[in-house]
Order: sequence, then C-alpha cells, then structure tokens
Amino acid sequence: MAEPKATESLPKLPLATLIAACALAVVSHAQWLPLWVSAAAGALLLWRSVIAIGVGALPSRWVLVALTLALTVGVFLSYRTILGRDPGVTLLVMLLFLKLLETRVLRDTFVAAFLVYFVALANFFYSQSIPIAGLMLATVTVATAALVGFSAPRRSLVDNFNTAGRMLVQAGPVMLLLFILFPRVQGPLWGLPQDAYLGMTGLSDTMSPGAISALSLSDAIAFRVRFETATPPRGQLYWRGPVMTDFDGTTWRVGLPQLRREMRVDVSGPPIDYEVTLEPHNRNWMFALEMPTRLPPSARLTSDYLAISLTPIRTRIRYEMSSSPQFQARSGATPDDLAAALRLPAGVNPRARELAREWRATLPDDPAIVRRAIEFFRGNGFEYTLQPPPLGRNSVDEFLFGTKQGFCEHFASSFVFLMRAAGVPARVVTGYQGGDTNPVDGYMVVRQADAHAWAEVWLQDGGWTRVDPTAAVIPVRVELGLTAAAPAGMPLLMRNGFSWLRSLRNNWDALTNRWNQWVLGYSPERQLEVLSRLGMKQPSWESMTLILFWSVGGVLLLVAAWLLRGMRREDAVQRAWLRFCEKLARAGLERAKTEGPLDYAGRAAHRFPASEAAVRAITEIYVDQRYGPGSDAASLDRLKHLVREFAP
Amino acid sequence: MKLDRVLQYSQAYNFYQWVFRRHGPEPGVVFLAQRRVYILPTRHGFTFGLALILMLIGSINYNLSLGYVLTFLLAGLGVVSILHTFRNLVHLYVSPGRVSPVFAGEIARFQIVFENRSDFERHSLDLVCGAARARVDVPAHRHRTAELGIKTEKRGSLPLARVTIDTRFPLGLMRAWSYVQPDMRALVYPRPDTAPLPIPEVDSDTGDAVSMNVGTDDFAGLRPYQPSDSPRHVAWKASARSEALLTKFFAGRASAELWFDWDALPPSMGVEARLSRLARWVTLAEERGLRYGLRLPGTTISAGEGFQHRERCLRELALYHG
Repeated sequence: MAEPKATESLPKLPLATLIAACALAVVSHAQWLPLWVSAAAGALLLWRSVIAIGVGALPSRWVLVALTLALTVGVFLSYRTILGRDPGVTLLVMLLFLKLLETRVLRDTFVAAFLVYFVALANFFYSQSIPIAGLMLATVTVATAALVGFSAPRRSLVDNFNTAGRMLVQAGPVMLLLFILFPRVQGPLWGLPQDAYLGMTGLSDTMSPGAISALSLSDAIAFRVRFETATPPRGQLYWRGPVMTDFDGTTWRVGLPQLRREMRVDVSGPPIDYEVTLEPHNRNWMFALEMPTRLPPSARLTSDYLAISLTPIRTRIRYEMSSSPQFQARSGATPDDLAAALRLPAGVNPRARELAREWRATLPDDPAIVRRAIEFFRGNGFEYTLQPPPLGRNSVDEFLFGTKQGFCEHFASSFVFLMRAAGVPARVVTGYQGGDTNPVDGYMVVRQADAHAWAEVWLQDGGWTRVDPTAAVIPVRVELGLTAAAPAGMPLLMRNGFSWLRSLRNNWDALTNRWNQWVLGYSPERQLEVLSRLGMKQPSWESMTLILFWSVGGVLLLVAAWLLRGMRREDAVQRAWLRFCEKLARAGLERAKTEGPLDYAGRAAHRFPASEAAVRAITEIYVDQRYGPGSDAASLDRLKHLVREFAP
Repeated sequence: MKLDRVLQYSQAYNFYQWVFRRHGPEPGVVFLAQRRVYILPTRHGFTFGLALILMLIGSINYNLSLGYVLTFLLAGLGVVSILHTFRNLVHLYVSPGRVSPVFAGEIARFQIVFENRSDFERHSLDLVCGAARARVDVPAHRHRTAELGIKTEKRGSLPLARVTIDTRFPLGLMRAWSYVQPDMRALVYPRPDTAPLPIPEVDSDTGDAVSMNVGTDDFAGLRPYQPSDSPRHVAWKASARSEALLTKFFAGRASAELWFDWDALPPSMGVEARLSRLARWVTLAEERGLRYGLRLPGTTISAGEGFQHRERCLRELALYHG
C-alpha cells in the first residue's frame, strides 16, 4: 500500500487546473474580505502561477512561516481578533494560498483541493444566492477535474473535465436524496461567534431623521407575502413594525416591550390570511398587516400590537398569519401608557408647542385636533423628498415652519409631536407600506425601499387609530408607492418606465423566491411537510435513514449498471463450461492447470462412468462452440441445459 | 456447499484466501473478475470523509442550506468514485509476456500484457512487485504491455513473485487492487567473472592444437583492446596514433575449437566460481566468433557457435545442479 513516491515535479496541466479552482473559490470572497487580504491573495496566486510555468522556485519553509505569521498578524490587526466567523474565513483563504505555495508533491494537492471545498462552503456564510451557487458548482467541478488530472497525468484537460462533469452528474441524484431525506437538525449546535449575523439590513429600534430615507434607497427584499385570500388594496398594506414612544428631541425609541396575556382587538369584516417569508434581520419583530388576529405559534403580541418572535430572526423564516383591516385597538392604554404617549422633551420646539396649544384652546375635541393637524400638513406647501435639508436642535420647528421638506419620518415625527403638545396621546409606528405583486409567481415582494413611518393617536371612541400624515401630504405615496412619489434619486431598476427591465427583474425575483422557498428554506419543518406529502405518515429519523439507505443504494446500483454497461463478460459458453468444471471439481476431480478440455473429459468419463454420455456431450458442444468456426443459440441452450442437469 | 458459494463472492473471504494461503502462479490469461478486485479508501479518502463531516457540522450549525447541498454533492462524488475506481480495474485480462534472460546482478524485465476488452479506457494502473514499479494505461479494446524490472541476484530460474495491480483513478480517494501471479520465469545466467580466455590446450580427442589466435591468416581490422587480448596482437603503432589501445583482429579459417571444461579448472574453485568463469569464457568466445564446447559433470555440449549455441551453454550453466 506504499504511496508511489512523487519526487518529480507535479504535472503542469492539473496544477494549473488546481490554481484556477483556488481563484474561483476565492473570487467572490473579495466582496467581503478586507481589501489588503484580497490583494495579498491575488499576489500569492500570481506568484504560484509564475512558479507553475517554470519561473523561480517554491519558497522555502522559513519564507512560508514568516508569511503565515505576517498574514495572521494582519488579520488580527484588521479584526482585533482572530476568532469569530470573518477572521476565520480570512485565515482559511490565507491558508489555502499558503498551502498552494508549498504544494510540491501529490499529497499536497489533495490538501489544497479539500481546502478549496472548504473555502467554497465559506462563501455560503455571506450569500446563498443562485449566482454564488453556480460559481461554487463551477469551483467544485474545476477542483475535481484537477484531482482527476493528478491521478492520470497523461490525459488531456478536456478528458479530465469530462470525467469530473460525469461524476458530478452521477453524484447529483445522491445529493438530491441526501438533501431531501437526510434528517435535518435545527442549528446552531453551539453558540455562534458574535459576528455571525453582521450585515443584515432592516428597520431599527430607533428612528432619527434620515434613518428611513437611507433605508429607502435599498433594493433589498424585506419579506415576501403570499395572500391566501384576495390581495387587499394598497392603501391597507400597512405592515406594522416597531412602535416608538420615547422622544428625546431628535430620536425616537421603542419603549420597553411588554407581553400581555390578553390583547384586545375588536375586528369587523372578513380576515385576510397570508403567509410571510421574512428575510433575516437579526431583530425579534415579525411583520404583520394591521391588525394581526392570528399569530404563528412561535410569535407573541406586545402591548403595542407588534408581533415578535422569541428569538432574533437570523435565518429566513416562513409563517402564516391572519389580520383584519377593520379594527379597534384598545389595549396598551393604561394610564401609564397614555402618560408615556404624552411625554415630550422640555425646552425644544417652542413654536410647535404654541401652535398645538392654540389648537387645544380653540377646537372642541381630540378628533378635531387631529383633523386640524392633517389640514395643516396638507395646506402649507410641504414637500416630500428623499434628500431633505439637515435639521438642527429644534427639528420639528425647523421642519414645520422652515424647510418644509421631509420624508415620512419627518412627517410622522412632527405630527406626533404636535399631537402630544396638544394633549392627544400619540406614538410613531415604523414598518413597511405597500409591496409589489410579482406577476410571475403571484408573491408580493416588500422591499426595504417600502420602509415607512406613520402615527397612531389614542381616541376615546376608536382606540389607537392610524394617521398617516405622509399620505395626507402626498396621497400618491400610499396609493402608488414610493417610486411614484419621489422618482428622482431612486435606483434605476426601481423607477417606473423601464418595463422590460422590470419584467426581467420580476422573473429573476420569482426564481429567487422559488430558490429561497425550496432550497434555502428547506428546514426541518419543511422536510416533514414534504415527506408527509410524499406519503410518509410519521417520518422519524429512523425511517428517514432507512429510506435514505435504500434509495441511495438503488441509485448507486443504477449508476453502477450504467458505468459497467461497456464491460465484456466471459461469454456464455465459457461460463457454462466453467460451471461444469466446478461441478466435477466438487465431486473430487479437479482440472489440472494445463489440461485441455478433451483430456479432462476423458479423465472425467473414466472416473464417472455413469455420466459418461453427459460428459462427452457437454465437451463436444463446448469444443465445437468455442473452437469451431461459428456458434449458435440452440447449441448454447443445450449446453446450458446439460450442465444444469449434470450431476457426477 | 451453499455457504462456500456465498463466501466465494465475499471480498473479505477472497482476500483472506489470497493473502494467507500459499498461492502458486497462474498459467495462461488471468481474468480480473469482480471477486478478486478489492477496494478500500486511501489515506486521502479518509481525509476527504473527515472534511465532509466537518462541512456537515458547519452547515448544520450555521443553517446553510447550500452548505448541505455542497456537502452532499461531495459525498455523492466520493461514493461514485468507488464505482469508477473499481470499474477502472475490474474485467481486465492479464497475461504473461516475454522476459529475456539476463546475467545475475542485472535487471530482469518481465513483460506483463494487459488486455482491455471493454468500451472504455483504463487509466493509470500501477504494478508493484517488491521494489519494482510500472504504470500502464490501456485504451479500450487494446493490448498494452507493462514492464517490471526485477533486480536479479542469483543464477537460476527466477519466478515472478506476486504482482499487485492497483489504481486510484479517477480521484485518488479510493484504491482498487488485485493480486496476480503470472506463470513467468526469467532465466538468470551466472554472473561472469573477469578472467581472460584460457591458454590453448591440446585437445585430448583430436590431438589438434587449439589455437588461441583467432586465425592468424588474414588481418581483418582493428578493434578496441579487451583485457583478455594477447599483447602480441596489440597494434602498438596504431594505438600510438589513437587514444585507446587497439587490437589486431584476424578472421581465419584456421580457427579451431575451444573446450571449456569444468574439470580442467583449478580444484580450489567452488561451484559458483567455476560457473562464473565458464559463463565468462562462453560470452568471450562467442564475441570473438570462436567455436567452443562446454563440458560439465554429466553434460557435454559439443562445439558450436552462434547465438543459439551460446544460449544453450549459458542455460546449462544457469540451471546447473551440482
């Protein structure tokens, strides 16, 4: 079992293939690696390629040790740690290239190829999109072709890729079965490093001017919705997110979330049933249409009608909900709650306070004040823009009486300030408004660009009532969406008027959605769902393993049959003859190694006189068929029959 | 009886039979049937498995769906590679090829012929026999010959030891191997010593003087000096002009028979030393185109010349049993 010693330099073509695989595995990491790491990786790759074409020699061990130390220190300086996900991935990339630089013998190429597989896997920490999946499939193919090349150095590159491709195609069914049937465990198995969930976008638990308008420029998808019942009109599509009660003059913050056993929502009219597929955003809240009446089992409703999950949402999740657009929300209105909904920071925005006092003095009741405020916003030439001028300390005064240019958070914030100053309990609600239905698959897509902020006021008759001052100023924002309201400054694809681009994007989104639902979203729950749809009544991990075992075995048999189809077996005549010899041998008459059929038959006939006729007949047919000019099926059948009946 | 048949298809049983039982050489063509091809993962195969387990744990921990896809795809690749590696070796026909006689101490080259009757090429078959190694690719429906160079030490008939044929194609994760022992023997002549040709003696039978001079009648040319050449034939004048010593070379009809006699050797010489000396003389005599005969205890090869004659004499020496 000794390894053939590979002191000679590695074959060039497979080595070049391996280097290409390394480059492919790392190229998409460049998006998230620090710039200097990408540069260093590129330099090392170039260096190794130059050595591979015969210029210069591989670096000595000391150079490699020095390089390793330098790069590790570099990683530490970049991240201030070498533990955690991102430094780990960076070190893995480094390791791959350093290994490539010390790849001298066959054994090293295996280590390098396996590292390529690891680095390919590490890509999925950051993105599991279809393009990345395709890139990694290409990476695996190239790395496999390199392995094939090393085991048969004289073959051509095309042949190696051919073999690698064929093997991957044959591995496909095994992969599919394992993917569907391998008993899934919900991770994580242990605590994940702190930085595992960086870079997720979404609403925050604070709102300062500019926060939502920044989010509005993002094309990223917040969640997708499939309506079981009819899609409600756009004006009802208020997806409720964090509710902000505390205001310090510039920034709104959520109050302490409180879970109460009994949440009162009085609803009328039929409920809307829908399923939400929420992208991970590393926060607890789940988005529901106002007002949610039925929640998924893992969710709870806070006192301000926010559906929250018990753990931060770090993977894409799917849940079903029901909501009623006609509602009266009366919870969350204890004296403490109402007092909090009236609290204002002292000493800021004197003009707004003055205006509010005037409304309180002249108007009869709270609804009238609300109406008056809406009229105020509608009549004073306010402008809706994604790039409002910056505001100072008295932000509400400056906006209301000065700049008059703002985004939804300015309108909502000023409106709530006015209400509180006038003595009407009010709060800011953030969330998403609207959503586009993809005509390709019927899913509604809600993007970060649909982020919105509106207000809620407490009215004695109606409970917490939604008031959207933005809609008052720019009705088109709610009726047609942000793109229509503020076209300038939006990303190209989000503007109207590029219909073919939009249809392209719709198709792509639908494909991505299917990918998300069926590939990325294949959770333990979905696995159970699929298996019970396939007819497994009570899928347990034992039965799944058993089915997995048999189905993979069956697939492998098929693959083996396919692979061995080009085999030429010993012909049937020879097989029959060998069986005959075997029978004689068991009866005690073994054929000598060099004995011809006729001699052997002579001995057999002598030894077993009773079966002499059969021996003669068999031998005659055998010799005739094997050494004669032609063969025919009838004789073969007769031979087989005679051998079967033969019993010395 | 039944159990025996079942056992015949068990790899472990066949492996046991091959490894632990005395196995003689197999005559004729050896067919590498399924049951004599064994397969196990290589060290790299085990490393690959370990890597897959780590990748699976990573995928579970981070809930990476595509991580599962990649891990399972590679697992499938590993499993499929078992079939490919097995297929690369199984159903080959192995038969003995030529092996030329050599002198002891030289390398005997055993040729082993592989026949591939399948529709696909067999790649990178490694042959190992002791320290000897060879590699061969066999295209579809073709014969290919591999050559194993075995260092010889003793004169006699050297049988080919058990040969391991193994392959790691295509991925190097699996190793399929089989044992064959083709019925091949290399004839190993005694290692010639460095003695010169003997001084002419009077042949007892004919009474003729055996001339050491290769016929001194016709001068036929010059050739490089050999240690056994007589100083009288060195072409001193020609050598002075050239860089090496040259010997005058005659072709004469008057050349007579030379007899190499076991019993004429000094009594102090042992058996192997005598055989070495005789082998030396046979080769020297043949080189010079002399007629020579060989007399061993119990055997006499009458005088002759030419390649066949030389082979016959050397074979006799190689297989000599005191």
